Amino acid sequence: MFAYYLQLGLRSLRKNPLLTALMVMAIGCGVAASMTTYSVFRATSNNPIPQKSSVLYVPQIDNWGPEDAADNKGEPPPAMTYTDAMNLIRDHRARHQTVLYPADLSVVPNDPSMLPFRENSYAWYTDAFAMFDIPFLYGSAWTQDDDNAHADVAVIGRELNDKLFHGANSVGRDISLNGRQYRITGVIDTWNPSPLFFDVVNTNGFDDASEVFIPFTRAVDLKIPTNGNNNCNKDPGPGWDSWIHSECIWLAYWAELPSTADADSYRQYLTGYSAEQQRSGRFHWAPNTRLRNVTEWLDYQKVVPQEAKVSLLVSLGFLLICLVNTVGLLLAKFMKRAPEIGVRRALGASRKEIYAQFLIEAGAIGLAGGLIGLLLTGLGVLGVTLVFEPDIAKLATLDVKLVLLTLLVAVMATVLAAFYPTWRAAQVQPAWQLKSN
Amino acid sequence: MQIKPILSALRRHKAGTFLIAMQIALTLAIVCNALFIIQQRLAHLSEPTGVDEQNILVIQNEWVGSSTPAQADARIREDLRVLRELPGVADATASNSYPLRGSGWDDGVKLKADQLQDSSGATIYFGDERFLGTLGLKLAAGRNFRAEEITGMDVRDRLAPPVVMVTRALADKLFPGSDAVGQTIYLAGSPTTIVGVVDLLQAQSVDRWASAFAYRSVIVPRRLGISLGGFYIVRAMPGQLQDVMRAAPKALFANNPRRVINDEDGVLSFKEVRARAYERDRGMAILMGVICLVLLAITAAGIVGLTSFWVGQRRKQIGVRRALGATRQDILHYFMTENLLISVGGVLAGMLLAVAINLWLVTRFEMQRLSLLYLLGGVVILLLLGQGAVLAPAMRASRVPPVEAPRSV
Repeated sequence: MFAYYLQLGLRSLRKNPLLTALMVMAIGCGVAASMTTYSVFRATSNNPIPQKSSVLYVPQIDNWGPEDAADNKGEPPPAMTYTDAMNLIRDHRARHQTVLYPADLSVVPNDPSMLPFRENSYAWYTDAFAMFDIPFLYGSAWTQDDDNAHADVAVIGRELNDKLFHGANSVGRDISLNGRQYRITGVIDTWNPSPLFFDVVNTNGFDDASEVFIPFTRAVDLKIPTNGNNNCNKDPGPGWDSWIHSECIWLAYWAELPSTADADSYRQYLTGYSAEQQRSGRFHWAPNTRLRNVTEWLDYQKVVPQEAKVSLLVSLGFLLICLVNTVGLLLAKFMKRAPEIGVRRALGASRKEIYAQFLIEAGAIGLAGGLIGLLLTGLGVLGVTLVFEPDIAKLATLDVKLVLLTLLVAVMATVLAAFYPTWRAAQVQPAWQLKSN
Repeated sequence: MQIKPILSALRRHKAGTFLIAMQIALTLAIVCNALFIIQQRLAHLSEPTGVDEQNILVIQNEWVGSSTPAQADARIREDLRVLRELPGVADATASNSYPLRGSGWDDGVKLKADQLQDSSGATIYFGDERFLGTLGLKLAAGRNFRAEEITGMDVRDRLAPPVVMVTRALADKLFPGSDAVGQTIYLAGSPTTIVGVVDLLQAQSVDRWASAFAYRSVIVPRRLGISLGGFYIVRAMPGQLQDVMRAAPKALFANNPRRVINDEDGVLSFKEVRARAYERDRGMAILMGVICLVLLAITAAGIVGLTSFWVGQRRKQIGVRRALGATRQDILHYFMTENLLISVGGVLAGMLLAVAINLWLVTRFEMQRLSLLYLLGGVVILLLLGQGAVLAPAMRASRVPPVEAPRSV
């Protein structure tokens, strides 16, 4: 029966090609607009580390006081001072923990014919590699002893390894950063979580992959400046030393807390720590701390661009209008065939069969709309570069999931839109129709 | 034209009438808000920077390895000499940033030393005595920096210049109605005297977070030595921008190879700077524009489709009316009026919906209130669209011959 109804449906669609084309185009455009904008929304609202997003936490400590917090809805600053970060590292209340900042490093190739170049680089503790589940191609992270010894060691990315060592295992060899030699302990495989959760504050969530990592302890010794934001609420005074011991915030801090109980006790620890700072006279206000996991942090930092949300909403509104349009056109189309329905009903077709016939016809329109929509979504995803900046646009891709979703949304939406016209068609009185002709 | 028979006819097509009206209402709501978004984005991206945009290029230079502040300053001066000697270069200056860069050094400005809240935020531009000339900025009052006032400064040094220049927007904010030249302000906790007021100079970020201090900038007489590098702002002679963009990095590398100038974005013309800064605004405007156009086309096509169906359904009645003496004009008017009635119903509902959506966007996305002009504009567009769309089917209806009436009854 399905095949027969499909045949009937296709024949009816061919009978009125303009109307059919109009419906198919409307569905196609509506679905394509929604899916294109959804692809951007999906990429920007992605969970970058689903297996650990609920155990990795960002602590925030208010070291500026209520006047500055008032400008930010009472929230503590989004980054940390060197003083607080070092105290938290020293207290070691989490299973894994790291402090990190984007280090300003240039790679100086050994090959004299190559010019120095820059890569995104981070200075952090070795724990970060395990915390962030970073995959290694060769070797491994440096050791905690290296952290403690402020060693000249580095981990580099696959792409940089290809560039400098032509993809060979470079573990144990040296790399020159800012003109200083570092021993490579490991090469990581391609790793660029998006959004770039571990340094949202400096990247807004989207950047190229990082290719160089060195111990935080060494970077501070060498006074390697941050490539990211530095915010001061008052003048830190002259020189590097007064700067790092000032209330300027420039560091990100991450703690791995495996259970909610651990998180709760860490919260208590943060409050206790702030109270202690208050007692010692550094803070003149009550403890104001936060502890957010990856998803809460990305949400708080508003990583999804406002543009991605608004364009998705507008596109969904657009799809709704296309559907209202389709309801109208289907109604016209089905009611035009009232005589035919009358005959079928008189010959013994039940209402149910009328329903089946017309919903299948609508499904066929939906599928055709979905195919057009798929084509337009493909074009749309290519055109995303016109609408969003390159860092975000390149994340919007047409993958199998999106293809299936496009077709599914098109068919489901059209069938849904067809319910009312089909119901009207099934209400047709056979006797009345037969008499009037 | 009698409206009553039209209304009673519409009552027999409740579903179709309702669907067209609803489509018009939804279209109006979306088109109004989309047009409003387009207008706001376009207004934002056409704001002037005050800079001679056509002839300016920006070079981001980063040094490799560390050096003393004195060495860093000497290298900057050497680079500036190289750039100024290049053929086709009108002038060059060094700074920590430039308008529309996106981020950089912002600081609070205070009027008194013991003030708790800042009087205003401001972009801090480092510049020498040739900063104004290179960027093509106009001095509105006071004087430019003197060469002897310019000194080198390390990024970790205290920012305490004895004199500064400010933009007129900042001067007006700090000293409304009075002359800012000669006044003292507190920058990063240190007092400094305003010696000059620059007419117009955009801040380094035009993002939402920086909108509170748009156009408010302070220029300090310092060369900032940062290994992260600073920026060389170069003004080319008219028509020679492309040549200078190619020649400048080569000349710098020839002078000193221990530096990084990124292949991709190390050298940017100001046109590219502007395009990058307003990427999202332009993108939103394009997207909303495309959606509006397609939406209007689909709504028009939907009206054509449904009206055609009605015309086909009513051929007999039209024939009867024609046979009873109605002219072609009467039939045409009938369908046009019918559409107008439905459209008016639709736009009335649509206006409410448009305002509701806008209010929601205001609370949710910090957008501005929809201006009434856009609402009325949208109403006119949709009424015209409805009339235009109904024209073809109505013409066809008017051509139904009177003989159609008795034929099938």
